[in-house]
Amino acid sequence: PLWCDKVLLRASRRVEIAYFSHSQITRLYSRFHSLDKGENGALSREDFQRIPELAINPLGDRIINAFFPEGEDQVNFRGFMRTLAHFRPVEDNEKSKGHDASEPLNSRNNKLLFAFRLYDLDRDDKISRDELLQVLRMMVGVNISDEQLGSIADRTIQEADTNGDMSISFSEFIKVLEKVDVEQKMSIRFLH
Amino acid sequence: MESSFGCWRRGLVLMPFATCLFLLCAVVPVCDAAAGEEDIWGVSNSSSQNTEGQEQNNSGLPIVTFRWNHVQTPFLVSVWIIVGCLAKMVFELNHRVTNIFPESGLLILIGFVLGGIVWGADKKATFALQPTTFFYYLLPQIILDAGYCMPNKLFFSNMGAILVYAVIGTCWNAGAVGISLWGCYEGGAMGHLEIGFLQFLLFGSLLSAVDPVAVIAVFEEVHVNEVLFILVFGESLLNDGVTVVLYNVCDAFVSLGAAKINAAEIIKGIISFFVVAFGGALVGVIFAIILCLLTRCTKNIQIIEAGFIFVISYLSYLTAEMLSLSAIMAITFCGVCSQKYINVNMDERSVNTVRYAMKVFANGSETMIFVFLGISAIDPAIWVWNTGFILLTLLFVFVYRIMGVFFLTWFLNKTRLVPVETIEQVIMSYGGLRGGVAYALATVLDPVKIKEKNLMLCTTFLVIYFTVVLQGVTMKPLVKWLKVKRSAQSELKLIEKLNNRTFEHTLCAVEDICGRIGDNWWIRGWNRFEQKWICRYLMKPSARKSQDYLFGVFHQLNLEDAVNYVSEGERRGSLAFMRSEDAASVDFKKKFGTDMSDIMPDIMVNTDFNGLDVSMSSVTRESVPSVSLEIHENDTKNLRNNNDVNVHHLLQQHLYKSRKHHRHKYSRSHFSINQSEDEVQEIFQRTMRSRLESFKSAKMGVAPAKKISKHPQKDRQQKMSNGKSLDKSKAHPYGDEDFEFSDGNSASGGEAATYQTPYATRSGIVNRAFMPEMDTPPTMRTPPWLSQAETDGSVAPSQRAQRSLPWSPSNIRRLAPLRISNRSTDSFIMADVVKPPENPEDRNSRRDET
Repeated sequence: PLWCDKVLLRASRRVEIAYFSHSQITRLYSRFHSLDKGENGALSREDFQRIPELAINPLGDRIINAFFPEGEDQVNFRGFMRTLAHFRPVEDNEKSKGHDASEPLNSRNNKLLFAFRLYDLDRDDKISRDELLQVLRMMVGVNISDEQLGSIADRTIQEADTNGDMSISFSEFIKVLEKVDVEQKMSIRFLH
Repeated sequence: MESSFGCWRRGLVLMPFATCLFLLCAVVPVCDAAAGEEDIWGVSNSSSQNTEGQEQNNSGLPIVTFRWNHVQTPFLVSVWIIVGCLAKMVFELNHRVTNIFPESGLLILIGFVLGGIVWGADKKATFALQPTTFFYYLLPQIILDAGYCMPNKLFFSNMGAILVYAVIGTCWNAGAVGISLWGCYEGGAMGHLEIGFLQFLLFGSLLSAVDPVAVIAVFEEVHVNEVLFILVFGESLLNDGVTVVLYNVCDAFVSLGAAKINAAEIIKGIISFFVVAFGGALVGVIFAIILCLLTRCTKNIQIIEAGFIFVISYLSYLTAEMLSLSAIMAITFCGVCSQKYINVNMDERSVNTVRYAMKVFANGSETMIFVFLGISAIDPAIWVWNTGFILLTLLFVFVYRIMGVFFLTWFLNKTRLVPVETIEQVIMSYGGLRGGVAYALATVLDPVKIKEKNLMLCTTFLVIYFTVVLQGVTMKPLVKWLKVKRSAQSELKLIEKLNNRTFEHTLCAVEDICGRIGDNWWIRGWNRFEQKWICRYLMKPSARKSQDYLFGVFHQLNLEDAVNYVSEGERRGSLAFMRSEDAASVDFKKKFGTDMSDIMPDIMVNTDFNGLDVSMSSVTRESVPSVSLEIHENDTKNLRNNNDVNVHHLLQQHLYKSRKHHRHKYSRSHFSINQSEDEVQEIFQRTMRSRLESFKSAKMGVAPAKKISKHPQKDRQQKMSNGKSLDKSKAHPYGDEDFEFSDGNSASGGEAATYQTPYATRSGIVNRAFMPEMDTPPTMRTPPWLSQAETDGSVAPSQRAQRSLPWSPSNIRRLAPLRISNRSTDSFIMADVVKPPENPEDRNSRRDET
C-alpha cells in the first residue's frame, strides 16, 4: 500500500541518510519495490533470484546470500540499503564520519569484509582451504581439474597465510590485499 | 559465366542483359563490392565488349582466347580485395606492429604504396574511391553489421544520450568549425579564396563525421564501462547518418545561394533535417518488421534465409535513399530492431552464418575503404596547398571535438546515473577520428558550386590522415599514461588476481540488483507490450515457447538428472565402480556412458538435451577410457612439479570473465563471441543447478530458517546445505562434472534413505517433502523458471524423460517416484516456496519504523 511505502521510505531515509542522497533512495526504493513480487515490503531469496543477470554471475547466489542477515529469509528496505551502502565510493569522508562514531559501511575495511564474507561461509572469520576451493570452483570453468584447483588453492593460501594455520584470517586477508585498490574496485559509481 | 560466353556472338544484344545481371549481383552483398567497383574505374563495358566481338568474328575457330576485357572489371575488383585482405593478414601476423600502429593507419600507408606503384606505371590516378561505390556498396554492410550487433537493451536505454551526442554534438562540430573557419578567412588568415560562408558550413558539416573504428579498438584495451562504450558506439553510428543529412541540408543552401535564404528557408532546412533523419529511421523500422515477418516463414528454405537478412536490409537502405531520407539511419534501425526476432526465428546455423557473413562483409569493406583512402590520395591534381586553411582546419576540428564532448558530457552527467569520467571523456574526444564518410562527402562536392573543391578535398585527406594516423598512434600511449597515473601496476599475487575477479563479479551483481539502467515504468510497460504483442506477430510460435531460456535450462537439467538416475541404477545394479577414485571420476563417467549406450541406446537418441548431449554423446563415442585415464595421470604428475607460472597462468586462463570483459560482440574485426557465450551458459547452468539442489534439499526437508537459528552456528551451516555440503566440500565443492555425479549420488542416496525411513532423525529436520499437500501454501507461487512452463500447461520435463526410458532397473523404479514423477517435482518446488510465517521480530521492527 502506498502509505506504507511512504513510511518505509521516510524511515530508511532517516537511517541511511548518511550514505545515500535523496534521489538515490527514491530510485533504489523504486527498484526494491519492483523486485518485491510478493509485495510484502521485504525481499526473499527468490525475489533476488528472479533477476536474470544474477543467474549468469558465478557468484550470484553468494551475493544474494550476503543481503540476508544471519538466519533471516527476508530483507527489508533498510537491510537492502545497508548492504548496498558497502558499495558507495569512498570520497568525502568527513560527511560519513561526522554522522557515525563507528566506521562507515563503505570504508575500505568494510568493503573487504564484505568480500571476505563471500568466502567465509561458516563465519568463523577464517577462509579455510575448503571454502576457498568452493569459491574457486564457482569462478573457474569446468575444464580445470580438481588437482589443479587444489594446487591453486594451496598456493593462494600460502601467499596469504602468515601464521601457518593453513587458512586465511581476516587480518591476513586485509594485509595481503593492501596493494589492491579496493576502494575503487568495490564501488559502484552511480551510488555517488 | 555462360551468359558472357555467348556474348561474343550476340554481344550487342546481350550486353545490357549482362550488365543487368551484374547489377542483380550487386544487390546481393556477396558480390556488391565487386560489382560496385565497376563505377570506380569507369571501364565502359559495352564498348570494350563490342570491339572484342568484332575481333572474334574475324578469326577462325579459336581454341583458347585471351579475353581480358570480358573479365576486366570483376577481375580487378577481386584482385584489389585480395590485396587488401592480404595486407590485413600480414599485419595480423605480427601483433606488435598493430599494437603500436592502428590497423587503419597501416592500411592507409599500404594504400599510399599501392597508389604510388599505380602512378608510376600509369602516370595518372587510375583508381580512386568513387562516392557512389562508397555509399552503395561499401558503407551499407558496415552500418548493418554495427546495427545488427548492437546490444539492443543498452542502446535503447541510452538512446537519449546517444542522440544528444549524435545530433547536437555533430551540429556543434559542423557549425563551430564552419563558422570559425569563416571568421578566420574574413580575418585574412588564408589569403584569397573563393569560399563563402555557406561553403564553409558545408565543409564543416562534412568534416563532422566521426569514424568509430579506432575508438573501439582502444576501448577494448582500456577498461571502460559498457555504458560509455555504447555511447561512443551508438554516437558514431548515428553520427554518420546525421552528418550526411546535415551535409545535404547545407548543400541545398549552397545551391540556393546566399541571397535567397531567409528565415522560412532556414526553418524548412531544420524541419527537413529532422524529417530526413527520423524518416530514415522509420523506413528502417518498417523494413525490420517485414524482415521479421519473412523469417517467420522461412522454415523450409533455411539455406537462403540468411540471404534475406542482407537483401532486405540493403533494400531498406536503397528505399530510404530513393525517398531522399537518411539511408544510413534506415539500415541502422533495420539491423537494430530486427536482430532480436530474426535471431530467434531463424535456425541456429543461419544465425551463425549471418553473423559471420556480416563480419566478413563489414571487415572487408572497411579494409577496402582504408586502402583506397590511401590510394586516392596519390593524385597531384587534387593537391592544393593553403597553409592557413589547412592548419586552422586541423586545429578547429581537434579543439571543437574536445569542447563538444566535454560540454555535452558535463550536461549529460547532471542527469546521468553513471557519470562519464574525465579519462573517458578524453578518450572520447581524442578518438574523434574522421574516416571514409568525410572523404566520400568531400568528393561529392560539386566543383561548379564550390570553386575550391580540391582544396577542401585535400584538407579532408589531411584531416583524415592526421586523425587516423597521428591520433590513432598516440591514443594508446596517452591512455596508458593517464591510467598509470591513476594506479600503479605490479605483478599480482594469486590471491589478488582471484579477488580482483571476485570484486568484479560482485560489482556486476550489485549493479544488477540495483538495476543498472534505471527502472522506469515505461521500460517495464514496453517490455510487457513487447511480450504481449510484438513477439506474437514477429516471432515464430515455436521460437516464442523455446525462447524462455530458463525453462529450457530447467528442462535440460531435469533430463540430466534423469540420466544420472539411470546411471545410478546401472551402477548399483550391475557394476561395482571404484567410486573412491575422485581423480578418475570424469573418466568414470565416460566409461559409464559407453556401458549405458550399449545397453540402452535409445535414451541417448530419444532425449534431446541440447547442451548436454554434446558432452555425453561425444563421451560415449570415445570408447577408450583407459587411455584418457593415463593422460589424466600424466597431467597430475606434471602438476606436481608445477611452478608459479603455471598456476598463475592456469588461474588467469580459467577464471570466468565478468561482464565487463564480454565485449567482443561489438568489435568489428574480432569475432569470438561464442566462447563467452559458452561461458555464460556454463555459469548459468551451474547456478540453476545449485538452485535446483537447494530446492531439492528443501524438499528433503530442511527446517525453516527460524528453527535453525536456535542451533549453534556450525551445526546450522551443515543443515543449511542439508548434509550435502558435508561430503561436497570434501572433494568437489561445486558443480562441475564429477560433482554433478557424486552429488546426484549422494542426494539420491539420501532421498532413498529418507524414503525408507520417512522420519530420518536428523536433528531439527522436519520432513516436509512427503506431505506436500499439507505444505502447499494457499497462494501457490512458483519459481521464476517454472511459471512459463506451468502457464503453457506442458508436462514437467522429467516426465518426458521417464517416458523415454526404455528399460529401467528395479532400483531405479524405487528411486524414480521421488523425482521423476510430476507430483514430486511440484512438491519440491512448493516445499521451498512455502512462505515462512512472518518473523515476529521482523514485524516488530517494521512496526518500529512506521
